[in-house]
Amino acid sequence: MEDLTLLLGFAGIFAFSAPLIFAVVGETLIERAGIVNLAVNGTILLTAMAGFAVAARTGSLVLGFLVGALIGAAVAWLIAFSSITLKQSQVAIGFVLTLLTRDLAYFLGNPYMGLAGPRLPSWHFPLLKDVPFLGILFFQHDWMTYLSYLVIFLGWWWIFHTRPGLILQGIGERPAAAYARGTDVNRLRYLYSVVGGALIGLAGPIYSLSVKAGWKGTISGLDGLGWIALSITIFGGWNPLRAAFGVYLFGFLQWLGLVLQPRLPGIPSQVLQVAPFPLMILTLLLVNIGNAEWVERTLAALPDRWRHFLKRLLRALRANPPASLGVPFEPE
Amino acid sequence: MKVELRHIHKHFGPVHANNDITLSIPAGTIQGLLGENGAGKSTLMKILSGFLRADSGEILLDDRRVIIRSPADAIRHGIGMLHQDPLDFPPLRVIDNFLLGQQAKGIFLQRNQALEAFQRLAQQYDFSLDPFAYVENLTVGERQQLEILRLLWSGVRVLILDEPTTGISAAQKQKLFATLRRLAEEGRTVIFVSHKLEEVEELCHRVAVLRAGRLVGEMHPPYDTRKLVEMMFGREIQAAPRASFAASIPVLRLQQMTLEDVRLRMTAVDLDVHAGETIGLAGMEGSGQDLFLRACAGLVRPVAGRVLVGEQDLTGKAYHAYKRAGVEFLPAARLEEGLVPGLTLSEHFLLVSERQGFFLQRAYAQRLAEEQIALYNIKGRPHSPVESLSGGNQQRALLALLRQPLSLLLLEHPTRGLDVESSIYIWSLLKERCRQGTAILFISSDLEEILQYSDRVLVFFSGKVSPPLEASALSVEELGGLIGGKGWEKFGVQRES
Repeated sequence: MEDLTLLLGFAGIFAFSAPLIFAVVGETLIERAGIVNLAVNGTILLTAMAGFAVAARTGSLVLGFLVGALIGAAVAWLIAFSSITLKQSQVAIGFVLTLLTRDLAYFLGNPYMGLAGPRLPSWHFPLLKDVPFLGILFFQHDWMTYLSYLVIFLGWWWIFHTRPGLILQGIGERPAAAYARGTDVNRLRYLYSVVGGALIGLAGPIYSLSVKAGWKGTISGLDGLGWIALSITIFGGWNPLRAAFGVYLFGFLQWLGLVLQPRLPGIPSQVLQVAPFPLMILTLLLVNIGNAEWVERTLAALPDRWRHFLKRLLRALRANPPASLGVPFEPE
Repeated sequence: MKVELRHIHKHFGPVHANNDITLSIPAGTIQGLLGENGAGKSTLMKILSGFLRADSGEILLDDRRVIIRSPADAIRHGIGMLHQDPLDFPPLRVIDNFLLGQQAKGIFLQRNQALEAFQRLAQQYDFSLDPFAYVENLTVGERQQLEILRLLWSGVRVLILDEPTTGISAAQKQKLFATLRRLAEEGRTVIFVSHKLEEVEELCHRVAVLRAGRLVGEMHPPYDTRKLVEMMFGREIQAAPRASFAASIPVLRLQQMTLEDVRLRMTAVDLDVHAGETIGLAGMEGSGQDLFLRACAGLVRPVAGRVLVGEQDLTGKAYHAYKRAGVEFLPAARLEEGLVPGLTLSEHFLLVSERQGFFLQRAYAQRLAEEQIALYNIKGRPHSPVESLSGGNQQRALLALLRQPLSLLLLEHPTRGLDVESSIYIWSLLKERCRQGTAILFISSDLEEILQYSDRVLVFFSGKVSPPLEASALSVEELGGLIGGKGWEKFGVQRES
């Protein structure tokens, strides 16, 4: 019995992580194209509220998700428009939009606070659900969770195994070279902004229509998740597979906090709740620390064997951002 | 394909970069395009390859008028350009670089098909490139070969090469020339842009010379070098005679220094550098000379051994300690690492001036800048932003910014991309420093430059370092062989596995 509860809790990580998967893969696509969308946090809040409101009004879950995707795409488009066409700072506009959308969510969401609304039913995968262990872990969730698996795989496959994906890598890495090869860099940047934005926009309704059903305003507990999505995008080294690992790791740490809490009465509950955040910072640090000059300097002073081991370790962890991330491209 | 340019004009603000240029190039020829820096060669070629649009004038391909708005249009018409700094994707693999941007249907990457085409072409032109290597680990010469293969696969009939011999080895250059001759025999048109006379004379079927935006003349073989020089510069140029200012005071001593980076390991190097001496570091790109130079500047920490500057042991100390001891390092990427784009010349002089204090003294900076501009013959004004200066003038500005006195000056490709006149001027400034007792260590891929200006030479080959060789006793051929790994037995250096 104890084992089954544990397993169920563990399986919950996959369902609970679905929205972050969508957000992280969406952001990965946008950043691969060379644009930074900093409005993820606000987008998730606004789409969670709007998706829930629309679904509650119309009774249609599909419409709820659709509205989320549209809003996400619109916010991302606005960032692309102001940076590519209006030549404004992506960072500034992203920040302003993330604040604006957040406040809009709280303000416009007032009438829907605490309302009962529709919820995405769980749907167990036929046959696969009965596979021992794995069935419970992966296949007794709802549709959006299954879609999140697909999004991870598709995102990875698209970037690394298709012709357009190769061009996507190119425009984020060195747009001038992609342009020299006949690519319309800015058109593609718009395209990936909108597609990635739509994925981010789906994260909100997945919370409000499934994972944390309903809209509870500021106590929904969704504020901050968008920033986590941004940092996991970096942790993932702009690779959807590695990013998915980061999302599940984060989910696992949070779950661990909940499980350990009753067993460790000596530790204030806040510590365990907050613990995943500094742990994420530490992992982020490990990913990028190999690039620092002082690290190289320190390593050079170590004895041979240690140096080789540490260098290899850091190199394996290291992730380099697309070289033109956040840099606007102008054909001469 | 026959290429014709008619009455091309292009302005950049007040600068008339291309002034009524008319040039006709028949199919199957190698056309040389000569001119000093800023003569308008690159502008003209960027117009032909779609990066820039001419203000007026027309382009004809095989007698048909075409309009080229973007590189995509140029590619469609079969025009491909090989840029001086290869426009490729360093973190990607060779094969993916080869594939990226090829016009093909479908979203699937047909890597196998591409691999076949790649290997067929590579064999045809005798290039040995590993399709799965990462481009960032290739030398500039190899990256060029990759670009050529890629352009051939996409079906170019006009190939433009912008200063292609900068930064590649002698062997790679010979291979490049052989390839270009073959492409011309196959009926393609090759346009070879360069400021190096010998190369143009060796390779090209015909030469056009640009000066200050105008086409000043064309020439067919046999070439008259003196006349070409005159067309390029409007007068004759002469190099300064050799000069040596080496004294016996050591300014830098390396004792059993061992260096290491991702690709190579250099063991137990010993060297004494004396005041006023010039030492050239020769080797193919990535053979370890850049690592060596950075270690002398304190930018890379040796994993073993000692580094002494003057009498001080600075092993493992940071760059600032080296700077205080009188060491300066001038990197190859002038604008990225050495100057601050966006700041003006006078602001640069202010940054390094000895007058400290909280407030900016504009009038003082202005005076200082004017003095230095006159002294170093920089073509620019105190309020010119550094990025608006030409490469040669940026290099002069960097030299002007160096402190006086200086015990050791480390230079990476001091004259890369500069024309003969600017190079000679830069070296006269450097030799003046030597006369005042500064020792110079410099990297160059130009063997003649190394032999001309060095007292001693160090040769690097895949992490091995030769003992210091007397420059006066070396020939270009000998040095070229050493760079390629030939003739090392006489130093008693064993090959490390």
